[in-house]
Amino acid sequence: MKAGSNLEKVLAAGHLAVTGELGPPRGADAEVIRHKAKYLKGLVDSVNVTDNQTSVVRMCSMAVCRLLLDMGIEPNLQMVCRDRNRIAIQSDLLGASALGIKNVLCLSGDHQKFGDHPHAKNVFDIDSMQLIATVKKMRDEGKLINDQALEGVPKFFIGSAENPFADPFEFRVTRLGKKIAAGSDFLQTQCIYNMQKFRTWMQQSYDAGLTEKCSILAGITPLKSIGMARYMQKFVPGLDVPDSYINRLKGVDKKLQGAEGIKIAIEQIQEIKEMKGIAGFHVMAIEWEEHVEKIVSGAGLLPRPVPSAEQGS
Amino acid sequence: MVVAERKPMEEILTMVADFKKILLTGCKGCVTVCNAGGQKEVGILASALKIARKKEDREIEIDEITLERQCDPEYIDQLEKPIATNHYDAVLSMACSVGPQYIAKRFEDVLVFPVLNTTFIGGSLEHGVWAEFCQACGSCVIHNFGSICPITRCAKSLMNGPCGGSSRGKCEINPETDCAWHLIYDRMKRLGRLDKLSTVVMYKDWTTNRDGGPRKIVREDLKL
Repeated sequence: MKAGSNLEKVLAAGHLAVTGELGPPRGADAEVIRHKAKYLKGLVDSVNVTDNQTSVVRMCSMAVCRLLLDMGIEPNLQMVCRDRNRIAIQSDLLGASALGIKNVLCLSGDHQKFGDHPHAKNVFDIDSMQLIATVKKMRDEGKLINDQALEGVPKFFIGSAENPFADPFEFRVTRLGKKIAAGSDFLQTQCIYNMQKFRTWMQQSYDAGLTEKCSILAGITPLKSIGMARYMQKFVPGLDVPDSYINRLKGVDKKLQGAEGIKIAIEQIQEIKEMKGIAGFHVMAIEWEEHVEKIVSGAGLLPRPVPSAEQGS
Repeated sequence: MVVAERKPMEEILTMVADFKKILLTGCKGCVTVCNAGGQKEVGILASALKIARKKEDREIEIDEITLERQCDPEYIDQLEKPIATNHYDAVLSMACSVGPQYIAKRFEDVLVFPVLNTTFIGGSLEHGVWAEFCQACGSCVIHNFGSICPITRCAKSLMNGPCGGSSRGKCEINPETDCAWHLIYDRMKRLGRLDKLSTVVMYKDWTTNRDGGPRKIVREDLKL
């Protein structure tokens, strides 16, 4: 075991893993977290806590991770390079480990132009690839970037993200290979809608032997409505929502579109389960945590395994 | 070259609101080439300011001088005589921001204002269009990236791009901005050097960038 997180154990035991996601609130109310997180408890192996997602100021990821730990939920600390230089990043990683956080997801971060403080200065001292390498060096060598030895080595299960639908498509598998070379143990993909393209990317990753080295979790975001589907198709760069889903939702009564979106998500999971090399699913029900159960249960992914119990028996 | 653009007229008028007599100084260097602060632009701005102030019934007297360069003290010295004899309320510089700082350093008791916003190190794409190509990080590595600078031209300065926001060759922050990493990929492919992009590029040393503090070059071979 590299970190001994629940997620790592579930994957090591050969189960399809399921991770969830929780976006911290704009505010200091811990109850908001406790309320949202209740919906995810027991349904997923680990919960990603976003780090000032879309460059909007939110309660800090590390604090929310600790709140989840207090609830008996395993967190996955998302960390972006936009707001911290290598000094702050390493410092935060040490603190996160001391708080009991065992998964970290390394991201470059959305540009602040999209957020609520577009006038901010960004950092980008290091990029996501270098962040992965940093966490690995700290964990495996017990050293900081500058080679200084650590007193107390942080043990993280290292995650990263990749968008199979961004361009140039033919470079995406190479870039996945780079993330794995840098030290990524697991990887969560961007929300998948173009199944054909994802299948191609997955097959190429499998053929390149990458899925053996890194657990690929397919990103699933249920479409809540035709409006959301259209928005994602038109306005979210790097997202690829095919017309077929738009048309399918269009043909459904407005009140039933959410249920149809959940049905689509379940179908996607069933289809992706059959793809070679897939290690699990990352269910991102954005501000829709209460519906995660329907998806995970509908896709036959419940109950979640309890690896420590399995090991004990 | 250093590319700059003139500040909005309103801002300049506010700067000189309290003044009756000013010296407007241009520069024959970069800002002449990018049509922001050369002799011609000095003339245009002086006329515009005079007209605006005349409308307010508060005329302003403006002398115009365009120096060979404002980033060399020897040319700044040429302002000594006009400044000493004319008692200007202020000196306005239409050079990049080196100019007003040089003038302020040379003439300690004179109020100096920048008229341009110094924007970037770049070049012209077509007549009237300029783009940024260099961030002066002080340690050029573009040869590793198909001679395209990822630090300057990628919105996130990624050394291992492209990020997930690259779409149809464009950057997520602006549909008119090329994704530098898509350009890098295409060029490395053309050069048959894609293998060079398959290894992780490690940390950039930013000490040569401004992060190491204000920079200075000392050439002993040229010092007098």
